[in-house]
Amino acid sequence: MTISNSNAPVARREALKDRLEQLTRMIEIRSVEERIQKLFAEGHVRGSTHLANGQEAVSVGIARSIDPDDIVTCTYRGHGHALALGVTPAAVLGEICGRVIGCAGGLGGSMHLVEPSVGLLPTAAIIGAGLPIACGAAMAARARGNDRVAVAIFGDGSANIGAFHESLNFAAIRKLPVVFVCENNLYGEYTRIQLSTPVEDIAVRAASYNMPGVIVDGQDADKVAEAMAEAVARARRGDGPSLVEMKTYRYSGHSRSDPATYRPAGELDAWLKRDPIDIFANRMVEENILAAGGLDKLKAEVREAVELATAEVLQSPGPELGEIMAHVGAYSGGGDQRWNFWSK
Amino acid sequence: MAKIWIRQAVLRALDDAMTDDPTVIMMGEDIAAAGGPFKVTEGLLAAHGPDRVIDTPISEMAFMGAAVGAAVCGMKPVVEMMFIEFIGVALDQLTTQAATMRYLSRGRLTAPLVVRASAGAGQGFGCQHSQMLDHWFRGTPGLKVVVTSNARTTYGLLRSAIEDPDPVVVLEPRVLYAEREEYEFDRNYRIPLGQAEIVRKGTDATLVTCGSMVRVALAAAESSKANIEVIDLLTLWPWDRKTVADSVARTGRLVTLEEAPEGSGWGGDVVSHIAIQAFGSLKAPPHRITLPEAPVPYSGPLEARFLPSPAYVAEQVDALVSTNKSPAPWWRNAA
Ligand SMILES: Cc1ncc(C[n+]2csc(CCOP(=O)(O)OP(=O)(O)O)c2C)c(N)n1
Ligand SMILES: [Mg+2]
Repeated sequence: MTISNSNAPVARREALKDRLEQLTRMIEIRSVEERIQKLFAEGHVRGSTHLANGQEAVSVGIARSIDPDDIVTCTYRGHGHALALGVTPAAVLGEICGRVIGCAGGLGGSMHLVEPSVGLLPTAAIIGAGLPIACGAAMAARARGNDRVAVAIFGDGSANIGAFHESLNFAAIRKLPVVFVCENNLYGEYTRIQLSTPVEDIAVRAASYNMPGVIVDGQDADKVAEAMAEAVARARRGDGPSLVEMKTYRYSGHSRSDPATYRPAGELDAWLKRDPIDIFANRMVEENILAAGGLDKLKAEVREAVELATAEVLQSPGPELGEIMAHVGAYSGGGDQRWNFWSK
Repeated sequence: MAKIWIRQAVLRALDDAMTDDPTVIMMGEDIAAAGGPFKVTEGLLAAHGPDRVIDTPISEMAFMGAAVGAAVCGMKPVVEMMFIEFIGVALDQLTTQAATMRYLSRGRLTAPLVVRASAGAGQGFGCQHSQMLDHWFRGTPGLKVVVTSNARTTYGLLRSAIEDPDPVVVLEPRVLYAEREEYEFDRNYRIPLGQAEIVRKGTDATLVTCGSMVRVALAAAESSKANIEVIDLLTLWPWDRKTVADSVARTGRLVTLEEAPEGSGWGGDVVSHIAIQAFGSLKAPPHRITLPEAPVPYSGPLEARFLPSPAYVAEQVDALVSTNKSPAPWWRNAA
């Protein structure tokens, strides 16, 4: 098992080529989210936190379909994406607990994960913010003469904000190598999609911007990867952007303070029957990669690894006071080293 | 007297305003069916119906702009921005459209609307959900800006803001929502916009502040060696120059305590006005206690240092009063 054996995000990302690692990573995401919930109850997490348990197949399906030097923007619901892209459990948990071991050194918190070495720009806490930024990353890739792509991940509720429409139009008209990924988990905060959005499928909006709009079973990591591969190939070829809609579900409420009482009875149970980890594990068994009954053992191993990472996090100090002023501008004295994308 | 949560003062002001004036409507995300992300609109949907208490999509530009249009045509919209940062995606409708409506129509068209939002730091929401941002609005002719500081000022300012004939931004320090306080509601209670309050009498220095920093200032005044007068500015624009100038004439010293970085804080304007208009009454240079020029840190210990504490404020005011020199802020001392 490769989980957490490597502390290098890029190595963790490369490891995702392996089928068993793909399953392991989904379990890792689930375990980390569960641990965060517990850390919250234990008083280690401030502010709010937005879990993505139930959406693991989307994260892993995307991460295995793009390269570490492709660019990703996503949102406050980004723990799973960060882990899938390669950020270590300790770096994610550490950030959420405000420790120096965190991927933003404890300055960002749950909503602001970042790891340039695997293309992850700081996750944004403002709805829609990531889409235009992904367009710009795609422009830079093209201007600098390489075939890198940008992936913008956002929710169904975010398809009602101006930045969504402006970005799709902008990317389409300039044929930018962007893949717009909408995680349609049926809710924006406490509001079900049909109360905020006149169409059931966000993908239909692609038609207005003359780009492919694809609907994907977001609980199946292979289906996610397949759809992503096509959209990414199209972008790399220079044929322009796509909108890929992942039908998925968040098992928890919107944020830590939300018991999700607005959900119709039975809805969660129906989704739990199509759990992304179970779906993938069953396939692993069929493919003879996982022994029958091997899932529980794997889950226990991963949970133990996450527990170790948590212990490491709780040993880590918080950032020093000087960090407040150290990274505001180039002359703040923090010894900033600018990340140079695509320098090799 | 009854003990209430400060968030209940928001709810009560909105509820009473909707009852008293049928043109008042509310728009925002999850304010109706869910009762509001901060539970400050709980029950309003049942009481006033879905035509007046309106859940919106995540489309701030659309509902902010709709508020402008509805206001021009006879309604009194109250828009909730949840976290004040979210107005960033809708700023044009407020600072460029609403603010110029009266001017461009030479008074024939006006936009009597309210934007209310939770604001400020202190709870670990991180740098994109913790700012005050009052300077985005203060600098715009045509807008008024108020900041609430307790249950009474929340009720009094909100009622006045909703009744005001022009657009008003109401900033509600989020840290206060879950505070409890003795307060008896009075339906007729209002705080006139543009009027500050002296909340503590003193003789050595005038400490001007607002919002959640009022509590900090009062605690600092208790522990300080100096006898500090504390003013709650309440309205940041247009602010009460007379109350501040009269106080400084008595104390001879001016200190501002702002939840804002130095470069954009309202204290710059207060200090410049007093320095220009009341130079002769100053025994010491005016002094500003602000946030450092940095985004709000997430880490608990860092955010605690980032925000002025009562001990730090007392230390700063004491230094000013005893030396008549402006003390350096902590981050310059540390450097
Ligand atoms: C501009 C802006 N408006 C409102 C919010 C508050 N907010 C945070 S998450 C959220 C719901 C987003 O729903 P969706 O896009 O479906 O993403 P999900 O949370 O389901 O992943 C809202 C309204 C915000 N962060 N930014
Ligand atoms: Mg959603």
